[in-house]
Order: sequence, then C-alpha cells, then structure tokens
Amino acid sequence: MRLFATLVIGILTVGQFAQPVVAQGQPLRIEITDGVIEPMPYAVPDFVAETPGSNQVSKDISRVIAADLNGTGLFREIPAKAHISSITNFGSPVQFADWKAVNAQALITGGVSVSGNQLEVKFRVYDVFAGTELGSGLRFKGTTDGWRRMAHKVADAVYARITGEGGYFDSRVVYVAETGPKNNRKKRLAVMDYDGANLQYLTDSSSIVLAPRFSPTGDRVLYTSYETGFPQVYVLDVGSVRRKVLSNESGTMSFAPRFSPDGKSVVMSVTEGGNTDLYKMDIASGKRQRLTSTPSIETAPSYSPDGSKIVFESDRSGTQQLYVMSAGGGEATRISFGKGRYGTPVWSPRGDLIAFTKQNKGRFHIGVMRTDGSEERLLTASFLDEGPTWSPNGRVIMFTRETRGAGGAASLYSVDVSGRNLKPVKINGGGSDPAWSPLQ
Amino acid sequence: MKLWTKAVLTVAALSLAACTDPGGFGNDDDFGAGNGSDLGSSADPSSIAYFQEAVGDRVLFLVDQSTLSEQGRLVVLAQANWLMQNADYVAVIEGHADEQGTREYNLALGARRASAVQELLVSQGVASNRIRTVSYGKERPIEICSEESCYAQNRRAVTVLTANLSG
Repeated sequence: MRLFATLVIGILTVGQFAQPVVAQGQPLRIEITDGVIEPMPYAVPDFVAETPGSNQVSKDISRVIAADLNGTGLFREIPAKAHISSITNFGSPVQFADWKAVNAQALITGGVSVSGNQLEVKFRVYDVFAGTELGSGLRFKGTTDGWRRMAHKVADAVYARITGEGGYFDSRVVYVAETGPKNNRKKRLAVMDYDGANLQYLTDSSSIVLAPRFSPTGDRVLYTSYETGFPQVYVLDVGSVRRKVLSNESGTMSFAPRFSPDGKSVVMSVTEGGNTDLYKMDIASGKRQRLTSTPSIETAPSYSPDGSKIVFESDRSGTQQLYVMSAGGGEATRISFGKGRYGTPVWSPRGDLIAFTKQNKGRFHIGVMRTDGSEERLLTASFLDEGPTWSPNGRVIMFTRETRGAGGAASLYSVDVSGRNLKPVKINGGGSDPAWSPLQ
Repeated sequence: MKLWTKAVLTVAALSLAACTDPGGFGNDDDFGAGNGSDLGSSADPSSIAYFQEAVGDRVLFLVDQSTLSEQGRLVVLAQANWLMQNADYVAVIEGHADEQGTREYNLALGARRASAVQELLVSQGVASNRIRTVSYGKERPIEICSEESCYAQNRRAVTVLTANLSG
C-alpha cells in the first residue's frame, strides 16, 4: 500500500525574512563516529496550524518528529512545558535568546496547512547558539493520509543536517508476527512503519512463514512459507499482497532468500538429499545457478551492496563460520575466527561492515565486523539474539530477541551500531525476523 | 487519527478471518500423528498407532549432530521392517532441531537428520518414492522448557505415516 505516491518536495523560497548569517564558532553538528555520549538538546514546538482544521495534525506531526529524533539516542527534546517562547507564525523571526535560555541547541519550526485531502508541511532548522538557520527550509506536499510519512521526512532531513549522515525514519519493516505458545506458535508476515505505526498483515497464520526480506526498492518481499507442506521461497508484491512460489521442486526445500542489489535475482539455500547449498535464481526466467557444491551446510547468503560478493555461513570447517565469495560462486574466504559459532551475516548498506549472530558459551550476540573479518565488536548479549537487519543508513541494527523458558517469546529489538541505545521495538504482540526496507 | 482507526479495523477483520479459516497445513499439526490418516488400534500391527507405540516413530540426536545413535539405528531398522510389511503407507520424515541455533542453520540441520533416517530406510529396501523429508528447524518444538531435558526431545526425526490412497 503506497500511502504517499504524490510526495512533492520543494525548497522554501528564501527571502521571506532575514537571510541567515554565516555561522560563527562551532557549527551545530553531532559527530556520530566520535562516540556521542551526551544527546543534543533541541526543541520542536508544535508546528503552526496555518489553515482551519490543521490543528491536530500539526501537533501530531511535531510529536512524530520528536519521537524519531529522541529514539536515536542522539537527541534530547526540551519539553514544551519548559519553553519560554512559542512559535505562532512560521514566517516570524525566531527569538533565539528565549531558546538559548532553555538550552535548546537546535530548534525546529514548522507550518502545516490542509486543503481537502492535501497536506503541506514546511519546516526550518535553526542553530540556536549561532543564531542561524541550518540549511534551507523545505516544503513537503502530499495527502493527509500520509502525514506520518511527511513527519518522518522532516525528521530525516533534520537528522541528516545535524549528523551529516542519511536518515532512516521514512522506512518500513517487514517481520514475522507471532502469537501462541512455543509448541503451537502461529506466524504471519506483517509490515509496519519502522516505528510500529501502520501495521498491515500480509499473510494469514495457516502456514509457518519465515525470514521475509525486502527488495531493493521496497515493493516486493521474499520469504519462506510451508504453504505446500514443505518450506519454499515465495515472492510477494507488497501493494497487491499477491504472491508466487519461486522455487518448488519436488523433494527439495528452499529457504533463506535474499534479493540481489539490482532486484532481478535471488540468492537462497536449496536442500536436496539432506545437503544444503547456495543457488542463485533469476526471478523472470526461473533459471537456477548453483553457487556452492559441498557436503556442508551453506546458508544465510547476503550480497555486498555493489553486488560483486556474497557473504554466507557454512559449517565446512566443522562449525558455523562466515565466508565471503564472488557473487558467481567459486572459492570462498573465511572471515570469522573468534571463539564460538557465527551465522546470519548481513552486509551493511554502506558496504563497510557485516552484522552477524554469534553463539558462544550458551549465549547469543549480535555483532559487527569489517568485511575482512577484522575489528569484531559484539553489540548485544542474551539468551537468544539473532537475525540482524540494517537501517537504510547503516547506523542501526534491528534483530530478534527470544526469552528463555516455557513462556519464552520473541520480540524485536534495535541497537545502534556503536552498541548504545539498545531498546525494544514497539509491536503488537510477538515478532521475529525483521527486515528493514530502503528509505522510501 | 482516522488512519489508525482504519488500521485497527483491518487488523480486527484479518484476525477474525484467521479464526474461522479452516486452515491449511500445520494448523492442527500435532507433530507426528499424520494428516488425516486413521491411527487405528495399537493392537492392530498394521496400524499407525502400532507403528508409533510398538515400532517407534522417532529418533533423537545429540547437539548439532545428524548421525544416528546405535539406539536410533535400531528404531529405524524396525521402521524399515514395518514399512516393508505395510506397503500401503507412505512416510514423511520430519527433521527438527532444538532452539539453540540460528533459524536457517537449524532448518539445514533438521534436513540432515531427516535425511539420515531416509537413507537408512532406503538402504533397507524401502522404496525411495514412499519417503519424503521435510525440516522444521526449531519451529515445532514438542517440549518447551529451555533445558537439556527438553532440548534432547526436540532434536528429533519423526517418521509420519499416511495411508497411501493412490496405491
């Protein structure tokens, strides 16, 4: 369901009021790589309702922007009750002294107008202590149904200006929604905004479904289903919810699919006679190419963003370890050498890191390493953490955490790639196997 | 918000549909009783109930292993013997893993376990077209505690019989 196909972005015409002066002293900037400990204080007063009837949506948009920024752990909102100044007119000059007095380093102002089902949101970001605007104002136009997406777009722009990196708020997550006890668990595919809003189920729970993965454009989802009684890979169109089986050869199982970066083919595991190897399949023709031929288990493949390589797990050494090979198959290089077992590698969208699941001494971890296996860092530890997925900007990792015991349940968590800001993702009931979409 | 109301209603409608759905494969899965085949009486040596109780429908595996134990081997040999005498049945061998492992690896491991049983059955003369394998990985535990006592029961391959209606 494309809520928001008609999004229009425009740069606000400068000249409504004083031109920003050149920033003095330190520019407003969070250097994420420096290891931010202290979140940046900022204010986002309710956006100004510029038309009758846009009061509520103005407030709601401001709250979604604040939730996005606060959720990163990099920003801390100065609450409205502490404000000594208010923004009642988007075009009026900002009283910087009033915002300095409450220690807001950044200020986000906005205006919202509604006409029929059309919504327009404009905003500006200010460096309060420098008394200047940061970047130029932007205007988003769309339909009222898409108000959350517009709020996420604003938050992405603010995040990008202050951190210098791309945002990730205007994105979605597909996952497996879970209900029922451990020995009778019902699973169904669900898709939601990254923050849990706009939940939509894509399948019913009559068959086990596993590990959905978004296409590079976010319009299709690959997943594994037991619909036929045997696990097979399906591709589903998110808009129409129509699905088709990709690989359904009698006597074989297929699972762990992932799109190639061009979206035209799929790499996956196929099991035949008890042996699991990697195959590439062209989606249009259904033609299959075998990438590995060993008696060991080869699974959980993931492409490098440029499509030239595949990282995967194999137990060819005797235990589960990570390997990198050319996208066409052939010799593979082992990259994991630490203690324990390594699985479910996922190449980051920036190409610089590989996220993985590690099992050691009865504990599970989500970790990252460089693509040559160096600089391994574990970000989490629990009874069972697995299945990392990257935010579109490569800053945040979402994964499955399952609790111990007879009442054990799965839920989604996220953690910054620095290891900070570990927290549950709000979902309705249980969930597992999240996969993050690209930025929409 | 209006959008939220709509989303919640959609969810409610879907849940309702799911409840009344008669369900496909897996909905009433009781892990090894077969789909729709009459179990019969365990007093009848050609019944599924007899196979389950007297012959033994499952073998267990060590952690991360797919090699049959000596005890497991004896069970599968008895299964082969029974299948040779009861040609009206076909079997699906379900391989399973405990929860200590990643989802994909456990699927592959369950497939190895199912295959180990299949290979021994075929080597004893059971026609290969009577036996299929499937892996559930860690998706269908029968015991739910997070202790070795439960894990040991979950690391299994179960031979599930169905009366061969086409035969």
